[in-house]
Amino acid sequence: MSYIIESFRQLFGSEPRRPDKSDISPEAKAVHLYKKQNPFDKYSFEVAREAHTADSKKWRNRRWATLLVVNLLFVVSYYFDIQLLEGALTASRFMGFHMADLNSALQVTLAFKHMVLNLVIGTATVFVLWLLLGGRTFCSWVCPYHLLSEWAEKLHLYLAGKGWVKDHSFNRKVRSLFYVIFALLALVTGYTVFETISVTGIVSRALIYGPGMALIWVGLVLLFEVFYSRRAWCRYVCPIGITYGVVGTLSPVRVKFVLKDCHHEGDCRKVCLVPHVLDMTVKGKAVHTEVDVSADCTRCGMCVDVCPTNSLRFDIKGLGKHL
Amino acid sequence: MSEQKKPNKPVKRRLSAKQVEQNRREFLRTSALAVGVMGVSLVGLLPAVQGKSLALRPPGALKTPLDETEFLSSCIKCGQCVQVCPVNAINLADLDKGAGVGVPFIDAREQACDFSCDGLQCVLACPTGALTHDLDYPADARMGFARLDNPRKCLAIQGKGFKGQARGPDFEGILRYDDVDRWNPIPVADYPYDLELCDLCMRQCPIEIRIAQCAAAADEREQNKDRVAQIQGNECPPKHAIAFEAFGDEEGGVKRMKPVILDGCVGCGVCEMICPPEPPAIVIDIKQDVDHMRGVS
Repeated sequence: MSYIIESFRQLFGSEPRRPDKSDISPEAKAVHLYKKQNPFDKYSFEVAREAHTADSKKWRNRRWATLLVVNLLFVVSYYFDIQLLEGALTASRFMGFHMADLNSALQVTLAFKHMVLNLVIGTATVFVLWLLLGGRTFCSWVCPYHLLSEWAEKLHLYLAGKGWVKDHSFNRKVRSLFYVIFALLALVTGYTVFETISVTGIVSRALIYGPGMALIWVGLVLLFEVFYSRRAWCRYVCPIGITYGVVGTLSPVRVKFVLKDCHHEGDCRKVCLVPHVLDMTVKGKAVHTEVDVSADCTRCGMCVDVCPTNSLRFDIKGLGKHL
Repeated sequence: MSEQKKPNKPVKRRLSAKQVEQNRREFLRTSALAVGVMGVSLVGLLPAVQGKSLALRPPGALKTPLDETEFLSSCIKCGQCVQVCPVNAINLADLDKGAGVGVPFIDAREQACDFSCDGLQCVLACPTGALTHDLDYPADARMGFARLDNPRKCLAIQGKGFKGQARGPDFEGILRYDDVDRWNPIPVADYPYDLELCDLCMRQCPIEIRIAQCAAAADEREQNKDRVAQIQGNECPPKHAIAFEAFGDEEGGVKRMKPVILDGCVGCGVCEMICPPEPPAIVIDIKQDVDHMRGVS
């Protein structure tokens, strides 16, 4: 239950809860104490990090492959008219079976105030799909804008490293505000206002139906992310992330943090799109010996890739012991 | 936002002056972001509010022009209608159309809907009902209404014939020619005409073609229309869409004719596409449809 509550808090923009001494389980306390008394040996840590580098792009490669395959499936289906995956990311048919993006379906339903059967089928299918696969997994494993944004982020970090740009943060609660406003706007104006600026929809359609002027908007958002604020769209604006995040609170697919293996050097938080979800990796903050990362996590696996000591790993609840 | 709430929270440590300043800046930045994003998205809404977003939509989108609002609200912008159209008549609106980035429209002059799919594939493909499923046959569509926009350009009114490719050799539009291949539309440029009096708009009207087929089939089988519809799987249109009316005096043996738009017109745009003069004599008026014309709506 506390996982769901904490997930919701973080999804809607609250800072991770600062654990009280009394919250920390005796087992976790023992690990914290042990780590205090036996500081990590820098040398052996470096060895571990060296040994890890060979493996360090495993999940990224899998993820990029998945993202490209899904999006290219749309493109190829249309281009060669093989009718495998028709439509775009907002709504599609996979081998004739309806699928609908949850946020687009929500916006359309609020605006149209009516839901036809096909949309109900499509929404239910996609809901179950991401309930199983982990909600915001959509963001990093499917959303084509995520990939562009990932590259923009690399550029941003390079420029920031040179001292040429500075990262400006925003208050994360603004994303919840956008979510509410866009929902209300759809309801009141009877028009899916968010879809006009949805970079996910624009990029998806541009891939399938050819580029258009709407890509200028995507370019502007990317420039904003490169020169002003790291990953701003995904972190502070996009309501699609919240919708899938809510679905993902009940998902069995999670990234799990194992306290005893962690060296608290913080590499994971440096690569993370949503670093607040990794707050428990800060020394002394983990309340249990194993903690699930909250549902705002996109399950991109970058922290899993970067962690030299394997203290962050993918986990499927209920199946963990059988894997 | 959160900055205003923060003092209410049980904050153990007092914030330093620097942190307070940082928080203040973040709050201002966040407010600017909120205003900026909302501003951009509302600009996109503006043309819809002003009613400037009207365009010829695929079959099923419009019953009356008032439905434009409903169409925009219900379209999920997936382009499945684009994908199924055999003549590629449907395009998705870009940013320059303002409202409805990603909503489908038809540029009839470039490529009209000639119903070559027979079964209204776009309507069947639409996942949200933006193209209403109340439509069963082409004749039920209400996309708009043809209008003789520029009568002086009309070759028939001038009493002229037409010879050659309707829109010239470079025109890329395609059309289903039943006598060539019912299922595979061919380029209009590959189908030259030789007409004593130009009647292309009526000759190529899908509704008129269908009515002629039904009549022929009915004659042949001496059976009623319903039976023919059953056999052919595509209902016979109940009303004519366009007819030619003689007018004026015959000058030197040349009869002059005028195209007249009738109740059966669904606004598919084939007449606009096929009309040889530039600009075309006949266009689709999207603000009209047959029910509207009769004052039913």
